[in-house]
Amino acid sequence: MRRLLAFLLILFAPLAQAAALGAADARHLLNRAGFGATAQEIADFARLARAEAVERLLAGAVTEARTPLPAGVEDYIRPSRLRGLSDEEKQALLRTQFEIGVALRGWWLEEMLRTSSPLSERMTLFWHNHFVSSQQKVKSARLMARQNRLLRRHALGNFGALLHAAAKDPAMIVYLDSATNRKEQPNENFAREVMELFTLGEGHYGERDVKEAARAFTGWSIEPETGEFKWRPFIHDRGEKTVLGRTGRFDGDDVLDILLEQPATAEFIVAKLWREFVSADPEPQEVRRIAARFRDSGYEIRAALRALFLCEAFWAAENRAALIKSPVDLVAGTLRSLAFETGELLPFVFVLRQLGQDLFGPPNVKGWPGGEAWINSSTLLARKQFLERLFRGQELRERGRDLGGAPARAERVALRGGGRLGEEGRERLRRAMEAVRFDSAGWLALVERLRLAPQEILLPGEPAAAAPAAGEGIERIRLLVLDPMYQLK
Amino acid sequence: MDRRDFLRWIAVSAGPAFLPARAWAGAAYERLLILVELKGGNDGLNTLVPFADPAYHRLRPRLALRREEAIQLDERNGLHPALRPLLPLWQAGELAAIQGLGYPSPNLSHFRSIEIWDTASKSAEYLQAGWLARAFAAHPPPAAFAAEGVLVGSGELGPLAGGARAIALNNPAEFLRQARLVQPAMRAGNAALSHIRKVESDIALAGARLANAQASLRTEFPRGEFGNAVRTACQVLAGGAETAVLRLSLGGFDTHQNQPGTHASLLGQLAEGLAALKSALQELDRWERTLILTYAEFGRRPQENQSNGTDHGTANVHFALGGRVRGGLYGAPPALDRLDGNGNLPFAVDFRSLYATALARWWGIDPAPVLNGRFETLPILKA
Repeated sequence: MRRLLAFLLILFAPLAQAAALGAADARHLLNRAGFGATAQEIADFARLARAEAVERLLAGAVTEARTPLPAGVEDYIRPSRLRGLSDEEKQALLRTQFEIGVALRGWWLEEMLRTSSPLSERMTLFWHNHFVSSQQKVKSARLMARQNRLLRRHALGNFGALLHAAAKDPAMIVYLDSATNRKEQPNENFAREVMELFTLGEGHYGERDVKEAARAFTGWSIEPETGEFKWRPFIHDRGEKTVLGRTGRFDGDDVLDILLEQPATAEFIVAKLWREFVSADPEPQEVRRIAARFRDSGYEIRAALRALFLCEAFWAAENRAALIKSPVDLVAGTLRSLAFETGELLPFVFVLRQLGQDLFGPPNVKGWPGGEAWINSSTLLARKQFLERLFRGQELRERGRDLGGAPARAERVALRGGGRLGEEGRERLRRAMEAVRFDSAGWLALVERLRLAPQEILLPGEPAAAAPAAGEGIERIRLLVLDPMYQLK
Repeated sequence: MDRRDFLRWIAVSAGPAFLPARAWAGAAYERLLILVELKGGNDGLNTLVPFADPAYHRLRPRLALRREEAIQLDERNGLHPALRPLLPLWQAGELAAIQGLGYPSPNLSHFRSIEIWDTASKSAEYLQAGWLARAFAAHPPPAAFAAEGVLVGSGELGPLAGGARAIALNNPAEFLRQARLVQPAMRAGNAALSHIRKVESDIALAGARLANAQASLRTEFPRGEFGNAVRTACQVLAGGAETAVLRLSLGGFDTHQNQPGTHASLLGQLAEGLAALKSALQELDRWERTLILTYAEFGRRPQENQSNGTDHGTANVHFALGGRVRGGLYGAPPALDRLDGNGNLPFAVDFRSLYATALARWWGIDPAPVLNGRFETLPILKA
């Protein structure tokens, strides 16, 4: 009997694999791998088999952003330049830096909306939350932008290469105080985080490993006048070190290679990818299996993603609608999937910040905790208000009414955020908010033409609060996005 | 009492802090805790001014307040003149100042240091839940409370982040309008949906309990953002909504440049707001059941900077006010002769002692599991 069953499975498994995804599976894959799939994308992917769909996503990855960087980002402010300035000049410089930082955030959000490969942006964001640096400490838009470029270049590339590059990245060196790590006085910050957060995870190394590794990383620094990486041999400790049982005159790259040899590293990364893409609770056996494949491939990130997207758990019913949308999922996803027209993205930068995901500003070296931590009474109300406002403005406009009068709270929040931008900045915000447009009739017509239902595009399952078929037109869409299920993916 | 006597007295009176577990009376949440965050890092040295210390004048040739400018509390210390509205509280013995609050290996980043204060973590430890969220997880306030914590003036949950039933509101009417967008889910679901359902029902419950929060009070509230926040907080209470914690925020204390005018204005708003808070709480007959504590991410550097301001510092003074507060000075005066490598003050009292005091002496719950360690409580409350 068992043999017969096995035979039947072998017979039918390829068939099941080869069957077309259909709209629900296509939406699931696209919304997990990217942000807010459009109706057209869902229709296109619905026709593909699983493996085909996954290969298309992986093959479509890009290594460069298509949106040009905002003006001023590439300017590097030398720390010494501040010293000679008067208070007014200093203030003006800080204000410019703040504005450029805001522009950089808007730039990334724009890239998320316009990219041909949402998976590439999702992975860039994933690595931003892994190799964390924050503008708050780095205080240079140029260094943050360059780190972002580096993360994107390797986003679906090789993890070993990414680790080596990220470790020497100037923003990282500033963020984790590597420049103060010298032979006579090692600073353990980077050595500790590289083991705990970037590779092995807690419990796979000892304090001695941290101390010895810190010695190996001495000499990695930056040139303050240019903001470029600088190797300073005179502060490097050339002595012998013992890290994870290996002894030698290691430098930083040697230690990173030792970390990459450890099986724990692949498992740690795969478990984190699992929480990003599959569910909040990684299945240990599956993680080990996929991690082995990841390591055998020489740490090719595509290999890990392919295995994750094709594993049974990714498609299992219990893991559908099981992840809470991040603020980026919610904001970029809503604008994308409903094909909102936007002007400058400034207001959404402030919305993201209000919802707890300030791009280029993770809270600490551990990154955004994510999951349930995204949702509390304050952020949930802010989410609903953001959504409601998107549609209310449109509704009023469709009824031919002016949006004049007192600005609503979401707008006030955005305007308050723009306070530091000055009067001109507030005016830009106001214009940007007025430029937000949603063509509900056009969108509904497209959905109908593609033989899809609005709910299939917007929700990962049946509505939790709204009656399944209540409302018509824009009101129907509004009810769906305000449903608790819209917070899930 | 000189400093040495005082420290000895602290050591003696802090002894009974280590009570056996059975002595915990258990969660007296009818006693309200009001936290006031001074965002940006208030300059403690120009708040409680050590005018008799020559080092203070040496470090701050431009910013130091002279003896005759300060409101003298004793031979050594005085309040910033803008704090005059707090003088009646001091005279009534209802205002305590705890000097030298801080922690080992201080972090000078706003972001990180407030996180340390909010989560009551060690300097190099990253905790996700706020200290009050942890306290409420172990000892939940009554389900009938409108919320476990109400935040006014800032949406950041801070000490209530990570699971507490907390709501942020700027004005109750607006919150009620927002709460209507929430549609508590009809059906059960997975863990993620359950979490959202829980938060939605928290909001709905708070909305229902806040329905009367428009009650008017005779107290006159000062104008301005902080005055409004105090008014909102008092209206919530006046409407009959119960909560264990109210958190108010006053921002702008990051005074790197031209500090004197800004600082005076902020302290003025703070003092007038706190005085109004006392008046309203008395009107509501809650002054005896309220403990108010100020906090901030850090104090400011003793040495003034080149821009007539002060940079990020470490140890700081904070206030405790309330009908059951035992007024006076606690902790240790700023050791301006023992600055660290950054020119910052050593701390005298771990900030978690202040939290331990609120947990143990105010609410009667065991602080050790909440704070992941034992911290001496401070004798700032009447028995």
